[in-house]
Parts: sequence; structure tokens; C-alpha cells
Amino acid sequence: MLNYLNQMNKYISTGNKDTRSGFGEGLLEIGKTNPDVMALCADLIGSLKMDAFVKEFPDRFIQTGIAEANMIGIAAGLANGGKIPFTGTFANFATGRVYDQIRQLVAYSKKNVKICASHAGLTLGEDGATHQIMEDIGLMKMLPNMTVINTCDFNQTKAATIAIADFDGPVYLRFGRPKVPVFIPENEPFIIGKALKLIDGNHVSIFATGHLVWKALEASEILAQKGISAEIINIHTIKPLDRFAVLESIGKTGCAVSAEEHLRNGGLGDSIAQLLANERPTPMEMVAVDDKFGESGTPEQLMSKYGLDTTDIVHAALKVLQRKG
Amino acid sequence: MTLYYRVNLFFQPPTMKDIPELSQIATQVRRDILRMVHAPASGHPGGSLGCTDFFTAMYFNILNHNPDHFTFEANGQDMFFLSNGHLSAVWYSVLARSGYFPVNELATFRYFGSRLQGHPTPDKHIPGVRIASGSLGMGISVSIGAAINKKLNNDSSLVFCLTGDGELQEGQIWEAAMFAAAKKVDNLVVVVDYNKKQIDGPTDEVLSLGDLHAKWQAFGWNVLEMNGNDMANVLQTMQQAKDSCNKLQPVVVLMKTEMGAGVDFMMGTHKWHGSAPNDEQLAKALSQLPETIGDY
Repeated sequence: MLNYLNQMNKYISTGNKDTRSGFGEGLLEIGKTNPDVMALCADLIGSLKMDAFVKEFPDRFIQTGIAEANMIGIAAGLANGGKIPFTGTFANFATGRVYDQIRQLVAYSKKNVKICASHAGLTLGEDGATHQIMEDIGLMKMLPNMTVINTCDFNQTKAATIAIADFDGPVYLRFGRPKVPVFIPENEPFIIGKALKLIDGNHVSIFATGHLVWKALEASEILAQKGISAEIINIHTIKPLDRFAVLESIGKTGCAVSAEEHLRNGGLGDSIAQLLANERPTPMEMVAVDDKFGESGTPEQLMSKYGLDTTDIVHAALKVLQRKG
Repeated sequence: MTLYYRVNLFFQPPTMKDIPELSQIATQVRRDILRMVHAPASGHPGGSLGCTDFFTAMYFNILNHNPDHFTFEANGQDMFFLSNGHLSAVWYSVLARSGYFPVNELATFRYFGSRLQGHPTPDKHIPGVRIASGSLGMGISVSIGAAINKKLNNDSSLVFCLTGDGELQEGQIWEAAMFAAAKKVDNLVVVVDYNKKQIDGPTDEVLSLGDLHAKWQAFGWNVLEMNGNDMANVLQTMQQAKDSCNKLQPVVVLMKTEMGAGVDFMMGTHKWHGSAPNDEQLAKALSQLPETIGDY
């Protein structure tokens, strides 16, 4: 048991920061080294933490006003000419509102546009369900040619923002609003499509993305106290899914839990379930939201009500272990 | 391939053709359109026929472009975006006739395995096509992005975009219109195919566009008008549109056209927006449009 606890020390919180600020810092940094990087925003510069980029590179920033469809089109036109446009708005307006524009102009036309989305999921909080999109991963991962990334903390979001600029192709980068623990080391390389194993374990594999990664780490401590060795794997790139990492872990543990701030339909869990059904049928539990819209409340209240807490991950792990028998 | 070489030898790359030559090409393009949609028994001949004179003028006179060396970014060259992608037949014909790809490939239009998809897409790597269109209302936004890119690159060439008039019912058009004027995207010329018809009937009945001239003007655009089926008027007005660029205002040309132009029984109705002629109708239509520079 001690052994499991010791391993966790690599990923300790160094304080709380919002993932969107990681995006802002990453954007500024990549802007300095890559002159083709441009930023577009639909009237949410402050919320997306794009202020520093706007100040540093006013000529490489486009304020589109509250017109997301036009923003995606302009980005596609810029990408056609070799620029690397990063569009920024809330996840709801970044995806659902402009699904057809992304589909035709970015994904199908293979334009090198980076669709960056903040305030994803329930942790947006008090604004309520109109803004709390929990379908966006599903919408984006269904699009051929689209890479889908959901980052878990400030450092990972910053690293991902820098990494996607060097990647040629459409990307959906999803992050959030609240200040959450920073636990991924600053120097941890971000490799698109490669899962990050946070804790080695033998009894159950927990695949987590976004804000649920820290909660999965917390869950692993509780499980360790019960003598259960959970393997914690951070799937930051939901598409393409790191099939090898998933299957390798399942080969060892024989059961899976997925955890994400998204609807059960279309999320990370359903990608893993699809893989397992095809390659290696395995007992699996999903920590995700069940076919419901959110509501106003604090992030903590909402995560608890909608079943996205540390204890929900623990329960899911215990349940799947029982099913494994 | 024999046909391709024959036609290409006969037909030199486009360089500022004069009106009689342009008219000859336009007649051939109209034959192409009719034969292209007849073969798969599907497509949109009406709008294509209406815009044939415009496309011919653009690719054989107005645009500064290099069909032999197509690039997406088109540095130093004018760019053309088709927003109303269902006009693919006329675009493909003019692209082929101006040297972007072999004209005999027109025979594959809408067939399984063809690069000439029902609606244009770069996905099949067809030279001349930079972005997918078909879902309407998006082309002006893309053109704005391309125009801004040219400005950032200190490239003085221009960006042109054709949109339908029914398409102006899409909200994104007006997002783009507001943006281009406010941000002074003045290296952009939008042309509206103002044929006053759409699939369900006359635009006035489906959803009236109101006073289009006043609308574009109110959005801050320099508005020109032309008769899109009068070659001399097209050349003159498009030249005027080019001359009106770089004056802190985007330019829109309201181009009055006749849907189905060139075929008597296809004009004056919206019936041929999205349906192809049968054998008998094709023969009748082609008899009104004698072969000029060789069928594909």
C-alpha cells in the first residue's frame, strides 16, 4: 500500500490555476517563436486569457465580434494561405454553434485551424446549462480529420497549446474556467496522441481526461488505502485515442473506469468502450454525465450532483472490480 | 487523353481574351454544363448557365492567375472562392477550359471516384478548388480570411467570391458583410448572382431579399451593379470593381443574371435550379448552342 502512495508523489499539486490561463501563456509563447501563429476571438478576449497575445501581436489578432461562424470562416481562409489561426471562444459557441462551418471549412477542407475552447463542461458554473456544453467532445471527435484534446491543468494546457501549433491539421483544444490544481510538471512533454501514465497499478485502469484527472489521482489514494492498486492514465488526446496505452493497461488490470466532464454519449468513455468491445471485451464503468443538461451552481455543487466527484470515481472502480470478479 | 491534347493544343492558356473569343468559350462552357449534368442525370444547370458569362470573363480576362501552377496560398495571384458550391458545373468547366486540369475529366462529373464531386472540395485534390462549399453562406468569411492573409503578406493581388442571392438568407453572410466593412477589407470583391430565384421558387416569394443595394450599402460596402449576361458589361464592371479596391471599402457587385441563360426553355423559371435535362431536352438545348472550341 505504501508503495502505491509513494508513486503518487510525482504528481502533487503546486497550487491552483485555471487551464485557460495556460492557454493564454502558451499562445503568447508560440506567438513569439512562430510568426505564422494568429489568434481570433469572438468578443471574449479576457475570458480566454488572450490579452497578452493581443497586446504583443496586435497585427496578428482578429477581433470578429460576436460572430463565431464568420470567425471559423476567416480562420479557414487564413489557414488556406499558410497561417496557423487559433480561434478562441466558449466551448459551446466554439463547437455546437458552428458545427457546420467546422465540418465543411476546417475538417473536410483539411485547414490547419486550431479551435480553442474555454469554459467547457459543468465547471463553468453559475451561467447555467446554456453555456455548459457537455457534447462538444462528441461533436468534434465525430468529424473525420479532427484531432481532439482535453487538457487537465495549467501546465498541460500551456504545453498542448504550443504543441498543436507545430502539428499540421485541424485541432479541437478543450479547457475550462475554474482554478484547479496544477500537478503536471512544467517540463512534461506534451505528445499529441500519446497517453500519459500518472500512476502504475495492477487492479483497475482509470482513464481520465480534463478536470477529472486530478480527481482520479485523489481517487487512487482512497483506493490505495483500501488495498486497491489503480493505474491512472491521463488521456489528453481523445482522438486519435492511444489504443496501445489503453490495451496495454487493460491487459494488466482487466477492468476499466473512464472519467470525464462530458456526457456519457460521445465522450472519452465511449471511445474506450468502442475500442475494448472490438479488441478486448472488458468490464468497464463510465464516470460521466447521463443524458442531461446542467444548471446554475458552483462547480463543486454541480460536479457533485452530476456524479463527477472523486467519490464517484472510487465507487466506479469498486463496482468494476466486483464485476471483474 | 487524345481529346485532351487536341483541345489543349488548339486552346492556349488564358490571356485576356477579347469579347468574341469569350463569347465562343462561353457557348462551349454552356454545352459542357448541359452534358455534364445530363450524363449522371443530376446537378444544377440553371445557376451555372446563368453565371457562365461571368465565369468565362473571370478566368479568361479578369483574374490574374496561373492555371499551370495551382497553389492553395496563391501568392501574387488573384484568388476565387465559390460560395454557392452547387454552381460546380460551370466552375469545373471553366477551370478545365482555362488549363487547370484536362477537359476530358469533365465527363466524370458527379461519378463515383471522380475528383469532380457534386459540390467542390479540395479533398479530391482538384486544381483550382481551395475550400469545400455546398453548405451555403460561408464563402465570404473564407474570402475575408484569404484577403487578410494577402494584406499580411504584402500581396497586392485580390480575392473574389461568388455567392448566390438566395444564399443571402443565411445569417453568416451578414456577419461577414459587417466584418469586412468595419475592418476595411478592401482587397475583396464579392459578386452576388442576382437571378432572383431559388429552389422553392422566386426569392420574392420564398423570403424576399428586400432592397439588396441599400442593404449592402448600409453595411458599408461599395455597391456596383451589372448585367451578368452581357459580356461587355461584365468585363467593364469587373474592371471597375478591381479599380475600386484598396479604397478602405469592400466591393460587392450585384450581378443580374437569367437562370438557365442560353437555353430558351430553361430561362424564366426556377425549374432548372437543381434538375438535369433528359436526352430529348439535352438535344434541344444543345441545338441552341453550337459547338465552338470542341466538346470534351
